[in-house]
Amino acid sequence: MLAIDSTRKISFNRSISNGDLVIVYERHDNMKAVTVSEGSVLQNRFGVFKHSDWIGKSFGSKVFSNKGGFVYLLAPTPELWTLVLSHRTQILYIADISFVVMYLEIVTGCVVLESGTGSGSLTTSLARAVAPTGHIYTFDFHEQRAGSARDDFERTGLSSFVSVGVRDIQGEGFPQEFAGLADAVFLDLPQPWLAIPSAAKMLKHDGILCSFSPCIEQVQRSCETVQSNFSDIRTFEVLLRTYEVREEKMESSQVNGNGSNGSLPCKRRQCSGGAGVLTYPTSSVMARPCGEARGHTGYLTFARLK
Amino acid sequence: MCSENKEASSRITWEGCSVLLDINDGDRLVFARLSPAAKLKIGNKNCSLKPLIGCPFGTVFQLDSSSDGPFLSPLQPKGNVNNTEEIKDGQLNGEVRDNRSLIDNNTAQSLTGEDIEDMRRQGAKGDEIIEALIANSATFEKKTSFSQEKYRLKKQKKYAPKVLMRRPVARSICEAYFKKYPLKIGFLRVDTLSLLLSMANVSSNSDILVVDMVGGLVTGAVAERLGGTGYVCNTYLGQAPYSMDIVRIFNLSDEICKRILRCSMSDLLSQKESQQQNLLNDESQSNDQMNVLGGIEEISHSSENAISDLGAENTTLPALRACKAAKAGEKASPEVVDSWKENGFSSLIIAAPDVDTWTLVKDLLPLLSNSAPFAIYHQYLQPLATCMHNLQLGKMAIGLQISEPWLREYQVLPSRTHPCMQMSAFGGYILSGTKICSS
Repeated sequence: MLAIDSTRKISFNRSISNGDLVIVYERHDNMKAVTVSEGSVLQNRFGVFKHSDWIGKSFGSKVFSNKGGFVYLLAPTPELWTLVLSHRTQILYIADISFVVMYLEIVTGCVVLESGTGSGSLTTSLARAVAPTGHIYTFDFHEQRAGSARDDFERTGLSSFVSVGVRDIQGEGFPQEFAGLADAVFLDLPQPWLAIPSAAKMLKHDGILCSFSPCIEQVQRSCETVQSNFSDIRTFEVLLRTYEVREEKMESSQVNGNGSNGSLPCKRRQCSGGAGVLTYPTSSVMARPCGEARGHTGYLTFARLK
Repeated sequence: MCSENKEASSRITWEGCSVLLDINDGDRLVFARLSPAAKLKIGNKNCSLKPLIGCPFGTVFQLDSSSDGPFLSPLQPKGNVNNTEEIKDGQLNGEVRDNRSLIDNNTAQSLTGEDIEDMRRQGAKGDEIIEALIANSATFEKKTSFSQEKYRLKKQKKYAPKVLMRRPVARSICEAYFKKYPLKIGFLRVDTLSLLLSMANVSSNSDILVVDMVGGLVTGAVAERLGGTGYVCNTYLGQAPYSMDIVRIFNLSDEICKRILRCSMSDLLSQKESQQQNLLNDESQSNDQMNVLGGIEEISHSSENAISDLGAENTTLPALRACKAAKAGEKASPEVVDSWKENGFSSLIIAAPDVDTWTLVKDLLPLLSNSAPFAIYHQYLQPLATCMHNLQLGKMAIGLQISEPWLREYQVLPSRTHPCMQMSAFGGYILSGTKICSS
């Protein structure tokens, strides 16, 4: 997913080879991660796609099935990965992720601690931000989940920037070896206040903590705990509203001649021809917010170590 | 003094370093470059910024005065914790004080302006004046502990101003401009900027094509993420590059500055051979850079605090020039331009309020490699809607989406948690998508 070797820049013009991870795009709400394997096939409602047909094609290509159906093959990015990864837990989405990376001031070379790892949605974006010289140390108390996350980072090619540890951060805190080394700490835990004192020990001076909690009661308690060692404590909620765009045909009317109805618009087609009013169909591109949206994800509390 | 290791990642200031000064909790935000000669005016006092050199970012300074005049000294953290404890206790004890007996007749304070001036002349510290004001206030004791704290804060701002020194990074720079001078950055809010960087997959070793008509904020933020790898190609229509002033506020290392290149759109769109001729034109570019290098840029909304010329520029400028060996925004060499044409850019970000979105995208999208993501910012919805529609019709991109971020801050206090009373109601729109192979 990332260009680790500086001589091989990210250029998606590179063609697809055996063993590559590709994102198979059917529609904007239907995508799937597939590892290309020469003898395999992908079967979906559009028919059967042979992987061998994909090899040598450019990323971004349209490929066809035996029945003439098609999908697009995209190069993986953290944003696409978030849409296709297997949900072992509730995950963070792009609005929260991008805000967290920016607000934690994470750049190349940073050391970031995270708990829990969950499904690794945020971790993938954190890794992108610290690469190629920084590192993410992420912890989950669930051994199997940590293992699956490790497999995922291997698959997305991020394993050299991410270390997954099995540890109960609420109970034991972060490992002492990271004391004073972290540029940023991210907590997504049911009782973050239990881990905050340890997080404070891990951070460099002026380093930033972020805690993500779905419930305001958690935020309330975290903020009380954070008071003692941190300043610049701020809590946010960030959401996205999406828009649908359509070209709509609309009739407009124009009064022809000396009609007594002046310039009042005539909306009904029956009017046309009668009373000297002509209608002209015009089309214009219009946008409106989508009817449904994610109404809440969680509150993000940020604080800076004094 | 300006060695490479003392740059963006440093948590301690150095001479020639750029800082964001937050005076009295955001009342004033000032970008300054630290030098022994640099001065900052607070109220009617002029104080040197020299004591700030070599201090950790995050330090709070207090204005003190001595026989040599006013000076800034680091504030030892104290008291804060106790104050909040008191407030909490007050709430828990079911405080009964309220504002029923407060009458606004301007007689509560028995100290006169002259009394305060006298105290000052005798060398009283700001904190001492505040204590005297409280002692002489007839109503202070009757206030609730919340309003006592408010009173204290108000007096502190006036008599003991505090200066918080922040690192100038994408987050703080964007927030400062959004708060004080949003027009300059095209009303680009920090969450919107963060989305642009994510949606355009800004990552190390990638070549990002940028149309930045928001003062250089996007260019700087992208360069900060690239961390000295890959390239930011800042492209422009016509002959004159767009201003990149804000890039110089970031403490970008020489290595990172070298990765910010400029190239006109006509050079990018021309065939490879024609490159040579354009070499001649590059002398004329961007004299605007030099003026801004020195001094102090103040972001201010109120007219009384209008951009202040602090007189330090003349003395500091030569030193700063020597410091900034690598200038951000050099013209891209023909070799680099050719490599971009050959490999394609890894992504595209547009923040160009004054150029028609669709015409820009139509020209620039073919410069991207296939499967490259792009993110386009605009204050208005219609240009993005039209652009999205045309991209769909032309089958040029998939995964198209227009999103509008919404950001709400909360006040979190014991028994008094609620959304903040004031919020930004609008942070702009983003059109994002992925380029596909033309069939």
